[in-house]
Amino acid sequence: MIEIIETGPFNTVQDLGRPGYRDIGVSASGAMDPLAVRIGNSLLGNDEGAAVLEIQTFPFCLRFDRRAVFIVSGSDGAPLLDGIEKLSWCAHHAEAGQVLELRQPPKLARAYVCIAGGLDIAPVMGSRSTSLRGGFGGHAGRPLQKGDRIAIGDDASLLAVPPSGLAVVEPLVALADVFPQSTDGAVLVRALPAGEHGLFAEDGAAFWNQTWRISARSDRTGYRLSGDPIMPTDVVEMRSHGVVPGVIQVPPGGEPIVQMSDANTAGGYPKIAGVIECDLWRLGQARIGSRLRFVRSTHAQARAVEQAVARYIEDVKVTSGMVKRALKAFA
Amino acid sequence: MIATPNKHVPRHQIVPLGQNRARISSIGARSFLLEAPGDFDLASQRRIWALSQTLKGWADLAEIIPGMTNLLAIFRETPEEPEQIIDRLCAAWDAAQSIDLSGKTIEIPVHYGGEFAVDLAALCDLSGLTDQEVIRLHHQGTYRVFALGSAPGFGYLHGLDPRLYMPRKTVPSLKMEKGCVTIGGMQTGVAMLTGPNGWNSIGFAELQMFDPLSPMPAMMAPGDTVRFVPERIEL
Repeated sequence: MIEIIETGPFNTVQDLGRPGYRDIGVSASGAMDPLAVRIGNSLLGNDEGAAVLEIQTFPFCLRFDRRAVFIVSGSDGAPLLDGIEKLSWCAHHAEAGQVLELRQPPKLARAYVCIAGGLDIAPVMGSRSTSLRGGFGGHAGRPLQKGDRIAIGDDASLLAVPPSGLAVVEPLVALADVFPQSTDGAVLVRALPAGEHGLFAEDGAAFWNQTWRISARSDRTGYRLSGDPIMPTDVVEMRSHGVVPGVIQVPPGGEPIVQMSDANTAGGYPKIAGVIECDLWRLGQARIGSRLRFVRSTHAQARAVEQAVARYIEDVKVTSGMVKRALKAFA
Repeated sequence: MIATPNKHVPRHQIVPLGQNRARISSIGARSFLLEAPGDFDLASQRRIWALSQTLKGWADLAEIIPGMTNLLAIFRETPEEPEQIIDRLCAAWDAAQSIDLSGKTIEIPVHYGGEFAVDLAALCDLSGLTDQEVIRLHHQGTYRVFALGSAPGFGYLHGLDPRLYMPRKTVPSLKMEKGCVTIGGMQTGVAMLTGPNGWNSIGFAELQMFDPLSPMPAMMAPGDTVRFVPERIEL
């Protein structure tokens, strides 16, 4: 078991989501930074999609009531275990009774607490992610509260982590050439033009060229962007159609909305572009108030990023397996 | 019917809607939206249902989301040749025959008027009908579930009497109750979640229509027939 001893609002249990039910109106949900979840779980030897805690409001504290191996991924800050700083992106042992504390990360938005064995929660419609809108899945279909107790799954490889920890090179470093950084600190997010891009004429260029700011009215459902409004040349009556996270819609006010993990399954606003799937985690890690620019991309580029990410995760899995086997042999 | 390639724009970005030609565009790198040409009617929707059946046999698809005379196809990975995806979707659309899904009939008891019918007066003003006429036209209609979406189990119902068409609100109601019987443009439906909602409410239904723990979580399915039964009229 783990027990939540301090939490802010909207921290939830997540996994890689609940795809497959959009045709009955159920949002996929799932982690805002799925890459952090896949890496954290892979390093621990869990299934990539094992349930984890998504922490987006800090400080957050939990107590382990038995020995466990955990990793805090996604974050650029250092977690504290009984007050002692530990590396993030690194698997550590926790003893029964120890307290893990997460503070506001210096730059990024979300941290993930992954535990060997995963969180032992009954899946709903094939996933353990919390559907905040639907009020089901995750822990009792709601955000975490102080006093919540969550079971941990069994883990056979508990001893196979060295006392100093087992770290992974974080994605922004390991994949530095795949995820380019801007010189001015704005987050670069690649996107492809979507169905109504042509309706925006000159404002289409204004969409790509300007630096947007993530407004305070942003959450797991979507990010509202502030900037110079962009307007279509024509008002079109759209019929409701399926949408996915990453779709960039332009409501009548002209300030775009990017749908995120808890995206509605259907939409009808004109859509100017769609973020490539492999860049969604960068948005998921962008804080309210941060600046971002969209970079016009191609299917070929999206595919290259997707393959680079897949190779990186495979590498984490293989290396972590080898290290653990070696440690076991020495033990 | 042939999807004529447009030589001037990159085809994998947007294929325009033609006379008899489906329009195809992408959302991100893995999802492709096909929009049927023609009217918002049952004939177009039946062809979307047929396309949806065909696409269920495509192994490289992760998810198929039929919408209102359109369909979003989500692929497992970013396709190597997006042009080929466009061609396959166009060919599948051209080959799609109209099918009629033999759905079930669902009767939904409705309490028309009363505290949840917050937009009934506005609909009377807009249509020039009395509240009794609005209610009569609504419950005498026979509706088809075109597609589900927007909220868990929410069915977009087609078949609304054109006299009851009412545009969505520009400023949504901040907290509309789950169960409100609503009109949005040419469609009607029953709100599945309490929350912001831009549709116009004329009544309330108690019927439980979504259960995440059931093997069949949504009561409605595309093709189902829906009738509203006035259980109580409070004016």
